[in-house]
Amino acid sequence: MKVRQISLFMENRAGRLAEVARILGQGGINIRALSLADTSDFGILRLIVNDVDRALSLLRSTGHTVSVTEVIAVEVSDKPGGLAEVLGVLEKAELNVEYMYAFVEKATDKAVLVFRFEDTDRALEVFWKAGVSVLDPATVYSL
Amino acid sequence: MILYFQKELECEPPDQRRERQSERLRQTVRRAYERVPLYRRKLSSAGLNPDDIRGIEDITKLPFTVKDDFRAEYPFGLFAEPLDNVIRLHASSGTTGKPTVVGYTRADIDLWADCCARLLACGGGTAKDVLQVAYGYGLFTGGLGLHYGGERLGATVIPMSGGNTKKQLMLMQDFGTTLLACTPSYALQIAEVAHEEGMDLRLLKLKAGFFGAEPWTEEMRRQIEMRLGLKALDIYGLSEVIGPGVAGECLEQAGLHVFEDHFYPEIIDPKTCRPVPDGTYGELVLTCLTRETIPLLRYRTRDITKMDSAPCPCGRTFRRIARLSGRTDDMLIIRGVNVFPSQIESVLMRIEHVEPNYLIVVDRTGVMADLEIKVEVNERLFSDEIRKLESLRSRIAADVYSVLGLHAKITLVEPRTLERAAGKVQRVVFVDRKA
Repeated sequence: MKVRQISLFMENRAGRLAEVARILGQGGINIRALSLADTSDFGILRLIVNDVDRALSLLRSTGHTVSVTEVIAVEVSDKPGGLAEVLGVLEKAELNVEYMYAFVEKATDKAVLVFRFEDTDRALEVFWKAGVSVLDPATVYSL
Repeated sequence: MILYFQKELECEPPDQRRERQSERLRQTVRRAYERVPLYRRKLSSAGLNPDDIRGIEDITKLPFTVKDDFRAEYPFGLFAEPLDNVIRLHASSGTTGKPTVVGYTRADIDLWADCCARLLACGGGTAKDVLQVAYGYGLFTGGLGLHYGGERLGATVIPMSGGNTKKQLMLMQDFGTTLLACTPSYALQIAEVAHEEGMDLRLLKLKAGFFGAEPWTEEMRRQIEMRLGLKALDIYGLSEVIGPGVAGECLEQAGLHVFEDHFYPEIIDPKTCRPVPDGTYGELVLTCLTRETIPLLRYRTRDITKMDSAPCPCGRTFRRIARLSGRTDDMLIIRGVNVFPSQIESVLMRIEHVEPNYLIVVDRTGVMADLEIKVEVNERLFSDEIRKLESLRSRIAADVYSVLGLHAKITLVEPRTLERAAGKVQRVVFVDRKA
């Protein structure tokens, strides 16, 4: 149930994000979700795409520093309190979130939360016990 | 078994060699005086004539030659032979103005091939080996120097030249390369690309590498040896003298044997120009004892090293110079602190997974110079979390501070944003106030 997310090192310079988007676009890769964490000098671009291996090889062959990170995607109702409910579960279990981002599904009234934990297996267990709906990777790639 | 190319000469008793050097110095000084106007002027103004040089011990009486002499005599003013007898020209990259031109007669080319064959034998090379030359071919002496040396040894030479790394890897695998010759930074680039291609170089037949043309460190040696699975040997040479083949390490890896039957080394204090004792760092000065085209006298290389006269277990009686620790003109002065780029490299190489792909930026636009070090982030350094990258950055800054006593700004950059060529790598750039 772990989703493979691509992380990419990026200098904080004009045009870097556009270049990556172009490489993926020309390679026929569809970006499902994206988040950018940045500092004054550099940033980390995190991507969930429809074809992870192909995207990785495209980015590596164009000289980018990339890695694969395991994340968990959960589905919540797209209504006030949806996020708070899931975070409450994590709080009770004293699970630390390294980072997270969210997006809204097009076809349904659901929102998807993407989490990165230090201990992914334990997080899965906690979600499972609390009845949180963890998305299957194949579902996420094709959202 | 220890291998030699010219055992008699390489293991010659020191007394006998001294006689040989003395005889050769007398001849060279005479040729220089008679055939090169610059040397006639230099010797005359020092109140010398060739008869005053009776043996190698008189070498300290001779005037120095400096890089500017090459510029002033551009292109052929230092040649003791007419162009009819010169069969090859090489030139060093002139970053400012005209390049430094050197010429070779047939005998010079022959001597050069011998010296480069010695280098390869020093690293255990034989006629059975396959040598991949990944130094640039052309005006730069690296490619052709090692090429001729390999052929002279009887090895199978692959004249690959620099660049085209994927092809380098393919040939290395398909042709069963055992010896690799390139710059140390290019060796690491080969390792990098092999890693990306999922290829383990340690499974290939590589056994020794001959790395030179730019300063490198022990830390870098360890990394190269680990990743390429070969014995990494330091070689030294400069085009003004001949190119590669001036000095090289044997398998003891304890200093570079100077082929002093042809190139006589001295170490001087660059300020006083007086010789320094063995073991003391100073500037390397070389005299060509046998070169026909340019009988170079006491050339100030600006390279910093020290001399070791202790016998080497390999049996070669050539004295050894230490790994070059920088150049007199590479030294940076930042906020009153003397900084050699090699010191910064050592710091970086002690950090796990850091590759020596860095650029030192000296910003002189302010009142005081500022030091910035750009370090490439490769996949093994990269973390998906900002705080881990930030802590890498502070660790590098702290290590630099503990070695140099200087605060440097550390910038993490994408791989291959720093210029990397098959030839020499530019490690330092200056940012100046616009005029």
